[in-house]
Amino acid sequence: MLGRLTWAAIPFDQPLPLYAMGVVLLVILAVLAIVTVRGWWPYLWREWLTSVDHKRIGVMYVALGLVMLLRGYSDAIMMRSQQAIAVGSAQGYLPPDHYDQIFSAHGTIMIFLVAMPLVIGLMNFAVPLQLGVRDVAFPVMNSISFWLTAAGALLINVSLVIGNFARTGWMAYPPLSELAFSPDVGVDYYLWSLQISGVGTLMTGINFVTTILKLRCPGMTYMRMPVFCWTALAASMLIVAAFPVLTATFAMLLLDRYLGMHFFTNDAGGNQMMYVNLFWAWGHPEVYILILPCFGVFSEVAATFSGKGLFSYRSMVWATLGICVLSFMVWLHHFFTMGAGANVNAFFGIMSAIIAVPTGAKVFNWLFTLFRGRIVFRTPVLFLIGFMVTFVIGGLTGVLLAVPPVDFVLHNSTFLVAHFHNVIIGGVVFGALAGYNYWFPKAFGFTLHDGWGKASFWCWLIGFYLAFMPLYVLGLMGMTRRLEHIPDASWQPLLLVAEVGALVIFLGILCQIIQLYASIRTRAARRDLTGDPWNGRTLEWSTPSPPPAYNFAVLPRVETIDAFAEIKRRGVAAAPEPAYEPIEMPRNSPTGFILSFFAVVLGFAAIWHIWWIVILCALAMAVTVMAFGWSDFRHHEISPGEIARLERARLAGLPS
Amino acid sequence: MDGDNRVVDDRTPGVEEYEPTASYLSYTAGLGLAILTTIVSFVVSQTNLLWPPGIPVGLVVLAFAKIGVHLVFFLHLGSGPDHTNNIVALAFGVLIVFLVIAGSIWIIANLNANMIDMIH
Repeated sequence: MLGRLTWAAIPFDQPLPLYAMGVVLLVILAVLAIVTVRGWWPYLWREWLTSVDHKRIGVMYVALGLVMLLRGYSDAIMMRSQQAIAVGSAQGYLPPDHYDQIFSAHGTIMIFLVAMPLVIGLMNFAVPLQLGVRDVAFPVMNSISFWLTAAGALLINVSLVIGNFARTGWMAYPPLSELAFSPDVGVDYYLWSLQISGVGTLMTGINFVTTILKLRCPGMTYMRMPVFCWTALAASMLIVAAFPVLTATFAMLLLDRYLGMHFFTNDAGGNQMMYVNLFWAWGHPEVYILILPCFGVFSEVAATFSGKGLFSYRSMVWATLGICVLSFMVWLHHFFTMGAGANVNAFFGIMSAIIAVPTGAKVFNWLFTLFRGRIVFRTPVLFLIGFMVTFVIGGLTGVLLAVPPVDFVLHNSTFLVAHFHNVIIGGVVFGALAGYNYWFPKAFGFTLHDGWGKASFWCWLIGFYLAFMPLYVLGLMGMTRRLEHIPDASWQPLLLVAEVGALVIFLGILCQIIQLYASIRTRAARRDLTGDPWNGRTLEWSTPSPPPAYNFAVLPRVETIDAFAEIKRRGVAAAPEPAYEPIEMPRNSPTGFILSFFAVVLGFAAIWHIWWIVILCALAMAVTVMAFGWSDFRHHEISPGEIARLERARLAGLPS
Repeated sequence: MDGDNRVVDDRTPGVEEYEPTASYLSYTAGLGLAILTTIVSFVVSQTNLLWPPGIPVGLVVLAFAKIGVHLVFFLHLGSGPDHTNNIVALAFGVLIVFLVIAGSIWIIANLNANMIDMIH
């Protein structure tokens, strides 16, 4: 009846995860209780859970990413503490079984459920506004994408308390991840969570490629698009090209595990090296899916806060597109040591060095944008400067690792761990936090507290260097990654420094939470009435903060790059009120939320082999999609009178 | 202003007053050609119409012909100015598929390069 699921699945004998989950459950129950008592459910359901508004979906993505950052960070600090303590005769506080789950969950969550939601959230929020349009091409599909990602996040967290998570590392390489060596549900949690959220990500990619290619405001030619839109387009194209590879690879591993097939097994002609190959054929483009939109954020921040246009817009665009293609020609550098000969290794090593060239060009473009600009040192600019310094260091160690003989020495050492944290924290996290600080006033109508933002920046920056520079040294000293116990006592001092660094990063996260709280408390004083708090250059700043559901009462006409800066330069006087036309907007739909609910149950049932629930959920999902497909009730019209009322109310609130 | 007009018309696919992209005639022709390539593939593989060692090559050619028929008649891939996006997207897709497949074959075939020949 319940497949493999029994009471033994709940780890009553391990107090740590039980306490952790107890606390999390209490917090969730408390939040639900408050929402119920205050009667917020109708509002939440109408305005957020069923919303197909790209701005709301973007905000929910970012919120999901920030919440999961807390989970991923708690994994990180547990690992750092274990390595700092468990030296010589000391065994630390984490048994190997638990430690292995933690490092696997840390990587999986940070990549798929922190970095991806943050980046996709910023894309969702900003791209339609920057393009001067009213929503993405497929608004309901957008909502489905978000809810499937959230379903993956929920499923991964269920593994904390029911069953266990994979002990295979975040790549889940076979043969370790095959049934013969991982017979329990850990790898199944990994596979089903990522399959479900991966479908959501793929749909996001399709949505944004379509939106950017087909849905721009009048006059917005390709070469007038803001750089963030270009990077979002490149990232979306990479998603469309790369995520099916991951889905197919995971599907083959699932077939191995569930139906006894032999794609990646040791016996019967399976080839586990094919898994490694296919995983990284997705994995390297994934790196650029994450970093390219962050490059876009930094381009916007650099131009806006130095008060002049981006230096060499065209080279920025071509560098982005060049990276987009080159990112599919370097994936072997993740497994130089797997056995390929010198020709193959040399080719991929050279390609990996070449892909640093367009990235280097971008760094110079940002530098020259800042050069002789009137830089306003707000929080996003600090993240930009911190990023440029940190990312160049990370890029240089990356070029080192791209040399195959060097990689043979450093493969799987903490040097590698330091390198990719260097580019992911220095690039993606800093970029996402810069974007969060930059677009927050547009999303909510008030600015974030700058002092706490700067404090969080300094903690992140110093914490990063303290936490990861020692790992470079330890890697050169021969320390491999994922050690549960440290055999060499001479490594301990540097591990203690790294532990301190991780704690300083926690202070950075704490500062962000305080920043959010303090900003909400003082929001009346920090209202953004003009809609343009930073003297912005692109169209999103021409809308009120927060923008109305329809974004633009009249679609803008664009004649130059940096359209809004041009409008302000020409000083267009207050135009007479235009004759508004009715606007057709997509109607809210619970389709995404319902699909996500069934996806969670389906994934959970599949993990525990409860096949009758799997079949019921699959049927329910099919019915949900068909019910949406056959409904004719998808749009609603905002009348000219209603638009005029909203616009007049906004103008009345403007400072004169 | 030429560019402006083009962008104004460039809206969500399949929504507004587009001229119909295809007629019943072209769909029927496409269906006929698609079925024809399938039947010919079966005939070629089951008979000696082709020189037997050349059969795989013939099947590959027919496969590409079928892809072409689908692209032109069902996905309406043309050479007009509105089709630039579609052509670029197709080229990008073909390039990526080529890179991943050719790269994977090259990598996997090369994995034993450092092994000493086993003595049986």
